[in-house]
Order: sequence, then C-alpha cells, then structure tokens
Amino acid sequence: MELLENYWLYFLVGQFPNGPLGGLALTILLGAGALLLAMPLGVLLGLARVSHSRWLRWPVTALVYVVRGTPLLMVVFWAYFFLPSLTGQKTGQFATMLAALVIFNGAYLAEIVRAGIQGVPRGQWESAQSLGLRYVSTMRRVILPQALRNMLPSLVNQFVTTLKETSLGYIIGLSEVSFIASQINNQVLTQPLAIYGIAALTYFLICFGLSRLSYSLEARLNA
Amino acid sequence: MIEFRGVNKYFGKLHALADVNETIARGEVVVVCGPSGSGKSTLIRTINRLEPIDSGQILLDGRDIHSRGLDVDRFRAGIGFVFQQFNLFPHLRVIDNCTLAPIHLGRLSPAEARDQALELLERVGLADKAQAFPRELSGGQQQRVAIARALALRPPVMLFDEPTSALDPEMVSEVLLVIRDLAHQGMTMVCVTHEMGFAREVADRMLFMDHGKILERAAPADFFDHPQHPRTQKFLADIRSPFA
Repeated sequence: MELLENYWLYFLVGQFPNGPLGGLALTILLGAGALLLAMPLGVLLGLARVSHSRWLRWPVTALVYVVRGTPLLMVVFWAYFFLPSLTGQKTGQFATMLAALVIFNGAYLAEIVRAGIQGVPRGQWESAQSLGLRYVSTMRRVILPQALRNMLPSLVNQFVTTLKETSLGYIIGLSEVSFIASQINNQVLTQPLAIYGIAALTYFLICFGLSRLSYSLEARLNA
Repeated sequence: MIEFRGVNKYFGKLHALADVNETIARGEVVVVCGPSGSGKSTLIRTINRLEPIDSGQILLDGRDIHSRGLDVDRFRAGIGFVFQQFNLFPHLRVIDNCTLAPIHLGRLSPAEARDQALELLERVGLADKAQAFPRELSGGQQQRVAIARALALRPPVMLFDEPTSALDPEMVSEVLLVIRDLAHQGMTMVCVTHEMGFAREVADRMLFMDHGKILERAAPADFFDHPQHPRTQKFLADIRSPFA
C-alpha cells in the first residue's frame, strides 16, 4: 500500500505537470484518439473495399493485406523511423504511436465494415435501388445503419484490442501505463508482482467498461 | 408503354429469357404465370433494370432503358416494384419506410412526404401502424406497407414479383385486394402470380411463360377456359387442386 501512496500520481499522469503527460491518462488519451480516428478511416476503407471502382478497391485491398500480414510492432517501428523521413521533422512518440494504431486498426476495421456491409441482404439493395435512391443515400440510409448494428460485437472486440495495443508504446519510450509500470518497478525492485498486477488490472477495468458499455448499446439497439 | 424487342438473358448456360417480344399498353394489367424457373421473375426484373439483359431492347414510353445517358436512379423511381420478400427497411418505422425515397429524391418536403405516407397507409388499411417497425407486423401487413412505399413516388407503372408467395394463406387476400383496387384505378401493372382467381378477375391479359419464352397470350377468359398451347393446358391442370 506504500506503493500506491508513493506512486499513484505518477501512475495516473506520469511526470505531468512538471513533464510530459503519461500513465493512465496518456493510455486513455491514446486509446480514445486511436479509436476516434481509426473508426472513420475504417468506414472509408471498408466502403472502398466494396466499391465498384477498382481504383478505390485495389489499393485499399493491398493496404489491408499488408497490414494484416505485419505485426503491429513492425508498424510501430515503421512509423517511428519512416514518418520523420517523410515529414522532415522529428515526430513525437505520441503522434508516432497514434499514427501506427490508426493505420493498423483502420485496416482491421475496414474488414469488419466490409463484412458488415456484405452481410446486409441483397433485397435491401434491390428495394433501395427500385425506389430510385442513389448509391450514397442507399449506403447512408439503408445499408450502413443495418451493417453497423450487425458489426457492433466485432467492433467492440477491435476497440478493446486497440486499447491494449497502446501498451506497445513502451517500445518507443512512450510513457503510457506499461512503461510507467516498468519505471516504477525499476525504482522499487522488490514488488514486480504487485506493480504489474495493478497495471494489468487497470487495462482490464478499462476494457471491461468498454465491453459493458457496448452491451448496453447493443441491448438498446435491439430493443 | 413497355416494349420488349428480341430480349435475351442468360444465367450461365440457362437461357432465362429467349427472344422475348411483347408490348404492354398504358393502363393495361398483365398477369404473368408459368412454372417455377420459367423466367417470369427475370422478365419483370429486367423492366426496371434489376436484372441486366444480354441482347435485345426494352423500351419504356419509346425510350431504350439501357440507352447511354439514362439516369438509372431517376428511371427506377418511375417504376414501383413490390418484392416477394417485401424487403422493407427493418431499421425504419413504417412511416419512414414510406417517406425515405420521396424526401431523398427531393420530390417532397418532409411534412408533405409524411402527409402523403399517412394517406397511402390509410389506403392500404394500415394508418394505425405508421409508428410500428416492420418486424412488429404480419407478412400481409408488411407487404401492404411495401406497396404503399412503392406508391409514394407516384409511379405510372407498378411491377409485382409474386407478391403473395411468401405469405401465410390467410393473409393472401388482404394483399390481393389492395392490388385489385390499384388495377381498377387504371394503373399500368405487371404482376407475376399464381393466384389464378385473382388473375381471372383483375388481368386484362395473361402471359404464360416456360423456358424463357412467352408461349401464350390471351384474355383471362380464353386463357383459363380455352388454353391453346399444350404446355399451358398441362400447367393449368397441374395447379388445379386435386381435391376440388
């Protein structure tokens, strides 16, 4: 308990306000940012995946295959070394990790979106078409609302995964929960079990909350 | 009004429409029947381009419906289509099913679309279900909503693809009565159905199809009482109940 007393603030916000924000706050910020950016990207990529235009479909299909065939760790390294050479200036660790997570999860979400869209019965397309609705209206008003509802369980799965993936920020020195935990462990030395236990519990609680939230959303949608 | 000129359609090796030539006049009510797989659904689905054709022409009011520059969405809005499986939008209330297209096509303001939808639902006897979701309705009710939804664009032509085939027997007549009223109001209609009593009363003309060809065209009285083609005779004998 002495552990909690001494390090709770460091665990929650890192060196903030005397240094960069870190800890749990950073993990949540990174996770939320990644979800908020990856979701629209995923929908756009998913739409491209089912597009009739091969100029949209092919590059996105390639991206999805590349990302799916690469460990996230490689994407993180890539973002870390490649982004600076692309932009000409040093990219912060947070931006690097965010970029990696958004691209990685955008591609995975694209596949969920694609499956969701293709899971909507053909008759829905046909009746929308026979009413003279244009492609965009059909997608927005008829297909996507039904597709998103069907996708919800897979989406939550991906969101939870994304949140846990923020821990890979450790590898590029981003002071999120895992990094802070190892820092604390380095100082305390004698209580790794408790320290990493608390870190694990923290992840669990966030993911559990996310799951519960989505279940209640699902229940409301099905009501 | 609707004219088929040498229309051919293949599904792989299957010749679904074999050199179909036919003209349907304005205000005419045509009932298409034939054994399953005879091409009657395909025929009706080619009229609003849900099914592409491989050769020939289909003309609507003299215009080739596959011509370049034709706005297919606008063209389809002028043809009401009712499906065997209703295909209502399950995430939208009944009223929103009926207002979606008129609003999105810029035909009506939301308020006008609403008034019109309520009027149409009244006509199909479902005004009290406007706020219900499709899954809360019976099959017959869903199909009547689907008819109201198609009518919401005031199409000059209505196509019905086996509108009662997916219904429980006790719900067939409520749907047929709605369609009959439409026919009596002078709507141009093509209806694929096996409801022969309905066809006899409502149709101006019967078409009998088999293997992608129209084998017989006749007024209902002649069609049912003096069928000419042997295939028609056999079909009519086969669908007659053995217990009657």
